[in-house]
Amino acid sequence: MNSQYNSSVKDFLIDEVLRDFTNNSKDPHLLEQISVLRNEKISEPVIYVGAGTCGLGAGAAKTLKSVRKYIEEKDIKARVIETGCIGLCAVEPIMDVQIPGYNRVSFQNVTEDKVDEVLDAVFQLEVPEKFVLGQFDQSDTRKWDGVRFLKDHPFFAPQKRLVLKNCGIIDPVDIKEYIARGGYKSYIKAINVHSPSDICDIIEKSGLRGRGGGGFPTGLKWKFANREESDQKYLICNADEGDPGAFMDRAVIEGDPHRLIEGMAIGAYAIGATKAYIYIRAEYPLAIERLESAIEEAREYGLVGEDIFGTGVDFDIRIKKGAGAFVCGEETALMHSIEGKRGMPRPRPPFPTTRGLFGKPSVINNVETFANVSEILLNGADWFASTGTEKSKGTKVFALSGKIALTGLVEIPMGTTVREVIFDIAGGILNNRKFKAVQIGGPSGGCITEENLDIQIDYDSLINVGAMMGSGGLVVMDEDTCMVDVAKFFMGFIQRESCGKCIPCREGTKRLLEILESITSKPDAANTEALDRFKGVMQIEKLSQVIKDTSLCGLGQTAPNPVLSTHKLFRDEYEAHLYDRQCPAGVCQNLKVYKIDVDKCTGCTVCIRKCPVDAIIGSKKSPHFIVEDKCIGCGACYEACKFDAIEVV
Amino acid sequence: MEKNRESGVVMETKVREILDRYPEGRTENLIPVLQDIQETDGYLSEESVLEVSRHLKMPASKIYGVATFYNQFRFAPLGKYHVQICCGTACHVLGASTVLEEIEKNIGVKSGETTKDGLFSMEVVACIGACGLAPVISINGNFHAKVTGESIKEILDNYRNQE
Amino acid sequence: MSFLINVNNKNIEARDGETILDAMKREGIQVPTLCYIKDRFPSGSCRMCVVENTKNGRLVTACSTPVEEGMNIQTHSPRVIESRKTIVELLLSNHPDDCLYCVRNRNCELQDLSEELQVRERRIKGEKNTIHLDRSGASIVRDPEKCILCGRCVRICEEVMGVACIDFIDRGSKSFIGTAFDKSINTSSCVNCGQCIMVCPTGALTEKSHFTELISMLNNPEKTVIVQYAPSISVSLAEEFGMPPGVDINNIMNAALRKIGFKYVFDTTFAADLTIMEEAAELIDRVKNGGTLPMITSCCPGWVKFSEQFYPDMLPNLSTCKSPQQMLGAVVKSHWASEKGVNPENIYSVSVMPCTAKKFEAQREEMTSMGLSDVDAVLTTRELGQLIRMYGIDIKQLAPETTDSPLGYRSSAGKLFGASGGVMEAAIRTAYHMLTGEELVRFKIEPLRGMKGCKEASIEVNGLKLNVAVVNGLANARILLDSVNRGEKDIHFIEVMACPGGCINGGGQHIGASEDAVMARMKALYDIDEKETVKVSHRNPDIIKLYETFLGKPLGDKSHKLLHTNYLKRDVLL
Repeated sequence: MNSQYNSSVKDFLIDEVLRDFTNNSKDPHLLEQISVLRNEKISEPVIYVGAGTCGLGAGAAKTLKSVRKYIEEKDIKARVIETGCIGLCAVEPIMDVQIPGYNRVSFQNVTEDKVDEVLDAVFQLEVPEKFVLGQFDQSDTRKWDGVRFLKDHPFFAPQKRLVLKNCGIIDPVDIKEYIARGGYKSYIKAINVHSPSDICDIIEKSGLRGRGGGGFPTGLKWKFANREESDQKYLICNADEGDPGAFMDRAVIEGDPHRLIEGMAIGAYAIGATKAYIYIRAEYPLAIERLESAIEEAREYGLVGEDIFGTGVDFDIRIKKGAGAFVCGEETALMHSIEGKRGMPRPRPPFPTTRGLFGKPSVINNVETFANVSEILLNGADWFASTGTEKSKGTKVFALSGKIALTGLVEIPMGTTVREVIFDIAGGILNNRKFKAVQIGGPSGGCITEENLDIQIDYDSLINVGAMMGSGGLVVMDEDTCMVDVAKFFMGFIQRESCGKCIPCREGTKRLLEILESITSKPDAANTEALDRFKGVMQIEKLSQVIKDTSLCGLGQTAPNPVLSTHKLFRDEYEAHLYDRQCPAGVCQNLKVYKIDVDKCTGCTVCIRKCPVDAIIGSKKSPHFIVEDKCIGCGACYEACKFDAIEVV
Repeated sequence: MEKNRESGVVMETKVREILDRYPEGRTENLIPVLQDIQETDGYLSEESVLEVSRHLKMPASKIYGVATFYNQFRFAPLGKYHVQICCGTACHVLGASTVLEEIEKNIGVKSGETTKDGLFSMEVVACIGACGLAPVISINGNFHAKVTGESIKEILDNYRNQE
Repeated sequence: MSFLINVNNKNIEARDGETILDAMKREGIQVPTLCYIKDRFPSGSCRMCVVENTKNGRLVTACSTPVEEGMNIQTHSPRVIESRKTIVELLLSNHPDDCLYCVRNRNCELQDLSEELQVRERRIKGEKNTIHLDRSGASIVRDPEKCILCGRCVRICEEVMGVACIDFIDRGSKSFIGTAFDKSINTSSCVNCGQCIMVCPTGALTEKSHFTELISMLNNPEKTVIVQYAPSISVSLAEEFGMPPGVDINNIMNAALRKIGFKYVFDTTFAADLTIMEEAAELIDRVKNGGTLPMITSCCPGWVKFSEQFYPDMLPNLSTCKSPQQMLGAVVKSHWASEKGVNPENIYSVSVMPCTAKKFEAQREEMTSMGLSDVDAVLTTRELGQLIRMYGIDIKQLAPETTDSPLGYRSSAGKLFGASGGVMEAAIRTAYHMLTGEELVRFKIEPLRGMKGCKEASIEVNGLKLNVAVVNGLANARILLDSVNRGEKDIHFIEVMACPGGCINGGGQHIGASEDAVMARMKALYDIDEKETVKVSHRNPDIIKLYETFLGKPLGDKSHKLLHTNYLKRDVLL
């Protein structure tokens, strides 16, 4: 498209769509132009490939290449659009095809070698059944027969997508499409019609709470900062998504970056900040790239910069790349990091809303929180508050992973049960194994077992059962998962990520980890060590309590949660490790005992040669024997034996 | 990455060029400065840190303190192929530790180290956010999804064969 | 605005904006602290000062939590005590646990807390960090394994001393405190001031000791072991023996030193008088002959290294005078040795200093002549205390003795060297005399006295207005020098002391002294000046004699060779 076209579209969007924010025009000419920009009315085929990080990981780049090659070779005039992630990671790469006059239709598992097959079929107006995921529900175009709507897909049907509304659907780096779909309208309306404190009121009334873990009412936080008198205030977006198992922020930024920018612009106006920072993980290069390009576009449209739309409102936004420290998810640590310091938290009060970045009043919210803002302003506080439970309004995005059939991102109304999410939306447990637990809230959270599967997901219910909303990581575990090992994993993570400033977190998490290591490590006959191991387990709760009570920041205060939660819910597993020196799930390698069946052993010496620690003795053609004291349980012999003579007991 | 092995003079000018993009004495730019330098050099050399110290008017001890705090910064050159192993929750549950062990065995170095021939360096990273594809590794930014102990060998050999 | 808060079931007054700890301190309610530094932004890292807020059932740190009206605080509830005890146990679980072999045995905050909280077994165990010992420095030994990461040294080094040669390295349980690139401290920008030792709660930072060599010298009949002590030692040593701060035990100390076996006991204050003769003459010379101004004192070895690193362009401003310690050392091994007929090679020259940087100064290359160090070993005040105890001397039983003469007699002006502003005051007294031939009517220059970090004054001499400034705490020196360099100040003479308050609060002094104790030491020096009659260096009879019989005149040839030095830009990791 030429620049002349672009600039006329720009003028159109600015003058007819954005400036005219109050007037919901029914002018057919205007509506048609909008539907063109929304890619609903198209003149040539459009092929969409989900090219978020997860899509790329599954081979979307190669798929894209194949698509481009296909249309070139067949000389088809078609547009190719790289979208973000629609959330169904399990069936990536996902490719959508939209042919003029027909509904857009979505295909799954379209790896590079499948592209020709799918496109051949679609261009002959056939839908290959084994790839189809569903069709979009469009009003003016023809429906594909026998193809279900995407919205009826069991993965999507129970979802309510506000934050993820555009993800995987629109072109993330095309501001025109975002605006055509109603974007930036809230912002322009806000700065023209509402006062900053009005905005705070609306957000407070909507009941929106911080989606980053703490669940602090967003409107209230904004109000605190709004009331501060200062020559400079800052708005900060925490996109340092560090929870292992959470990737919704990345998906939003990759798939719909303007939604974040708009939410931040509104937030900045509400608190009186003219400068904003996005603190984002350097490990998210694609998200950074899309964000940079989106900010640039917004600047061109006059939505970022000085005197926005002639209202006198200034708003500048900068990206700060994190350098890899989980603790920087903590507000004060994050601010220190932006200031170029070690990301160590400091005591609060003073709270950031009083004394934050560079000593000025600052508000920090996470990506998902900001992503809700424009929808609230567009549809009203009551509309937003009508979804959810009494104290938790709206929706929440969860990242599903682990031993689950459909991994990916879902956005559900608050109040949905855990069971619905795992079994209805995500298709239950992988390979039909038995569900054991789901870990919610990452390293700060806890586990939910079968008996609590029917609790409604909201901030308070999760805390009541010893878990936590956290940022929304939801890791499913089945019968083959060892819960002591899971606790050890989280403790190891926290221990590595502790900033080391306060004593209870620095030293305490290390000791907790060592206790867990001692009970999952190789049995030793020496009595003293057994006694220490026993003492250690006896101390878990007491030590955890002190860590929770006295740690400086949220990381330390919640650090023992995964241990406490598993210790409480899976006591039998702990006991099996401690007393029987066995791992019931068979995960803890060091507790595995390998034995050679003398009747099956042919004395071939293969295992002797494979053993890395010379723990197997025996001579050729006579049965071998494993010296238990030396065995490290690596299983090399087990893998190597061709006669099934080695067994695990 | 070949640039690492060029002479010190060339490297210094590159650091100088990076520093010229940031105003003097503004310590809040420390992390971006270090990121830029690492992007160019692959690691932070002592000389470049001292150069930064003079430019930002910040004690070298502070810079070293900041650089060692964050996972990202390294003080030794990277290998030609930099292998990052995700040890996030999902990857862990699906066997990342076996993958890690296999990689350690295969290339013969541990996390944070570089092989003697400079071909591979390895690093365990926190969740890289591709949990749906766990276990995941990334080599020079290219993702390899659902890796297993067995597939590692093939993946690494592919890189070796490119030599 | 003030209101009431309830602490341990008793209402106490609290003032708006202060912390719980501030309010409790005023009322004498004690809670333990480790990372707390008075008047500085709370770091909140040690968590020892947690108290229970019974209103919301949370534990909060007293050092950082602001008071709120109607607060209800318990400082020693079972939960609080359990938490504090666990924190100490956690620290001990990663501590070498070798108190009996530690310099800080019986003077260690961690030990005290462990005792106070009745830690009686090694309940929490685990792997301990192994971090190498750093004995590379001339003055300071770092043992990071004993470090509990309270961060006080890091903050003092940066915020008070303006040096910042150390910081936290790495993260989490691997963190430790070290220099840039974790190199040895001798290659760092450390100025050896020892203020880090003063704030270290454990034995992680200690002075480098020369005990073994010293004792073998004392037992070597061929050696003439002489000792000198700095002006501030006599008013601070008493605290090492549990006596109140500010007690002057000069003559008892002489007796103790002789009992230990030092053959001659000299007073560095004599050399302070000598310094004043040279320095005042140098100042007058610079002012009259257009030399580099402002002239800056050079008695403080911490400051000298600081300027060589951070202000190399200002080295011409430094007075070329050696410090009193080095002047006395130089005179002993030259003039005194030949008078006494002792071979300088057989003299072992010891000094007792309130300072760790003096250890560094004594081993500087410039401070040797013909391969012999002017001063062979430097002891801190603390080390002298240990030495006296080691020799089983009960200082309460000693009869006072005087110093040896010559090189023992002093004026009270020299004594003022021990407090910030003292060098300046003494120098002005003598410079005035040198310029006018008369004595000042009022010796005391009030604006230059006291603990303030930066003090300025103007003195009229023969119609000439002399602007002087005194700074202590090297961070203050930075501020002053930067403003001088920007041309904002017209100053002729600056006194810089690295340590806050001067040598009375030097890095070699008694550890754990309060601010009041430091003030008491300062007052003791002022009292000496008040009551003694020889208040100016140029009237010290031993000084007059030394010039008559040996040196000739200030800034003369012999002075130049023995008593003056030069400085060089230092290439260290800044």
